[in-house]
Amino acid sequence: MDKEKAERIRKQKELWAEEVSGLKERSEPFVTVSGKPIRALYTPLDQEDFDYEKDLGFPGSYPYTRGVQPNMYRGRIWTMRQFSGFGSAVDSNRRYRYLLDQGQTGLSVAFDMPTIMGYDSDSDRAEGEVGRCGVAVDSLEDMEILFDQIPLDKVTTSMTINGPAAIIWCMYLANAEKQGVSLDRIGGTIQNDILKEYTAQKSWIFPPEPSMRLITDIFAFASDHVPKWNTISISGYHIREAGSTAVQELAFTLADGFAYVEAGINAGLDVDRFAPRLSFFFNSHIDFFEEICKYRAARRIWARRMEDKYEAKDPRSLKMRFHTQTAGCSLTAQEPENNIIRTTVEALSAVLGGTQSLHTNSMDEVLALPTERAVKIALRTQQILAYESGAANTIDPLAGSYFVEALTDEMEAEAEEYFRKIDNLGGVLAAIDQGFFQQEIADAAYAYQQAVDREERIVVGVNRYNTGEPVEIEIMRIDPEVEERQLKRLKELREKRDNDAVRRSLEELKKTASGNDNLIPKILDAVNAYATGGEIVASLKEVFGEYKEKPSF
Amino acid sequence: MGERKIRVLVAKPGLDGHDRGARVVARGLRDAGMEVVYTGLHQTPEQVAETALQEDVDVVGLSILSGAHMTLVPKVKRLLDEKGMDDVLILVGGIVPEDDAEELIRQGWADRVFTPGEPLEKIAGYITSRFAES
Repeated sequence: MDKEKAERIRKQKELWAEEVSGLKERSEPFVTVSGKPIRALYTPLDQEDFDYEKDLGFPGSYPYTRGVQPNMYRGRIWTMRQFSGFGSAVDSNRRYRYLLDQGQTGLSVAFDMPTIMGYDSDSDRAEGEVGRCGVAVDSLEDMEILFDQIPLDKVTTSMTINGPAAIIWCMYLANAEKQGVSLDRIGGTIQNDILKEYTAQKSWIFPPEPSMRLITDIFAFASDHVPKWNTISISGYHIREAGSTAVQELAFTLADGFAYVEAGINAGLDVDRFAPRLSFFFNSHIDFFEEICKYRAARRIWARRMEDKYEAKDPRSLKMRFHTQTAGCSLTAQEPENNIIRTTVEALSAVLGGTQSLHTNSMDEVLALPTERAVKIALRTQQILAYESGAANTIDPLAGSYFVEALTDEMEAEAEEYFRKIDNLGGVLAAIDQGFFQQEIADAAYAYQQAVDREERIVVGVNRYNTGEPVEIEIMRIDPEVEERQLKRLKELREKRDNDAVRRSLEELKKTASGNDNLIPKILDAVNAYATGGEIVASLKEVFGEYKEKPSF
Repeated sequence: MGERKIRVLVAKPGLDGHDRGARVVARGLRDAGMEVVYTGLHQTPEQVAETALQEDVDVVGLSILSGAHMTLVPKVKRLLDEKGMDDVLILVGGIVPEDDAEELIRQGWADRVFTPGEPLEKIAGYITSRFAES
């Protein structure tokens, strides 16, 4: 902008500011849901150093601020991927086939807590938890049932599994081979992001070091044998759900991403051999613009660092591809129908932020797992955004907005500030050890709750317009017999399989775990012998030990 | 209650790792003047009851978001009773459907269930009022 013009705008802005200063403003603070102050007006003066080529570029080109594909949704609408799983493999298989019939384009598996924590359904620790908040998968047999009549070369599957990710992945690979689908033809994602487990979601098994080894073993095996698989989904979702701000979600997730890149490089892998298969997973919270800016900043930071610091050459290593889920923590138990509206706003910001796939929460998820009807509305929300709203007609439509560009820049700068802090603490693992992330997140969560309690932040139907009417909504119930049936099937499996083969495979696995060879082939052998997840985890625990957290609040 | 502060154990029984609510409530109750102990994650009912006994608490708050509340809450209650702690106030928080909440209270397994969206003040207020009565 030329100097004269800038000066004119500056003068006009002063006049405007004077006029506004005499007007009364509402009493609620003008801040984002993260507590970030927002100015009344953004003008070209907020973007004086703006450089289109350097800061934005074109879609599909460095630094990818405007999106990772050159044509974005004009080529193909984002993947509509509803996360689901409950009860037994039979129950979940039925729900998956229902969702595919309704036009869903990818699968996303939720596992129950025992599976996630590496316990079999018949473990003492599993009592009351089998099939409750996801599907119970004890062995390859359950995986075969879960994907019965679902051709694995036709759908892509995302699996939310972290501690035992290698084991569940091997069950999926083994099942694909049983279906006659070769490994180079299957696609999907395993979450496999242990770092955010230590800081936010808290479903860990092994200590950080062996966990990182399992992850780099997966990187190496996938790049040789399963080239279309996303080997990790580096997740900010759970960091945000645990109470972080948007900038913390952005910074901590990318810091985790860089830690995995460094782990891969330190394990002797060339960065361009594994980085193209890294993927991300973000939250979409209720603050519409802050979220859009978060995605745009995330792509730009990733591209810049991958090129400058890690010297990636392959453009695919620089492209941040991500899945988004609307914010579970923004939903309210009061007047659950209002959650449909919240989810719509959140889904739209994910779309305007250029997500590759999307899960929209169902209105009743704050009360229980969703009913079929609630899931259908959630999926329809995405379809309406995609095909009716016009939001998918043009690429990165908010680019060039003074506000959006200024906020994108600010969030990038604040994330860089966090990277410096984390470096000063000695890196991500050292910062986890010192409880840095955990404390930052807990402080933000508490500050948010206090703002709600003081009514500085309004939540409709909760601290404003609360009618106190009882909630009347249909709830999905998990059949209490699921646990019994699962235990019966597991017992039968333990009787009919070749238990000598199981024992041998577990011994081999332990031997390899004590050395440095890639663990994946040994886990595959164990899985193919129908060793259970719990047995494989227990064997690895003998070598690796278990992680323990010092409780704090 | 005299000058003794109300002692609260905030516990995470079961396998789910969602500790945002538990930690926010723990902090809120401490700021409201109570003595708060937090168990940390992945506790068995036995560990919860044992800690309650060791810490000599007046209140046990159980945070459960995995759907296992109908198994875990009665088990904690039974173990507390066995340890002679049958007068401990038992509060439950998390993802608990209305019918289950009613059942937990009807059976005497819990005194009160709080679901997402409840202000901290209400939880602290409920606890203080219960101890003001006695």
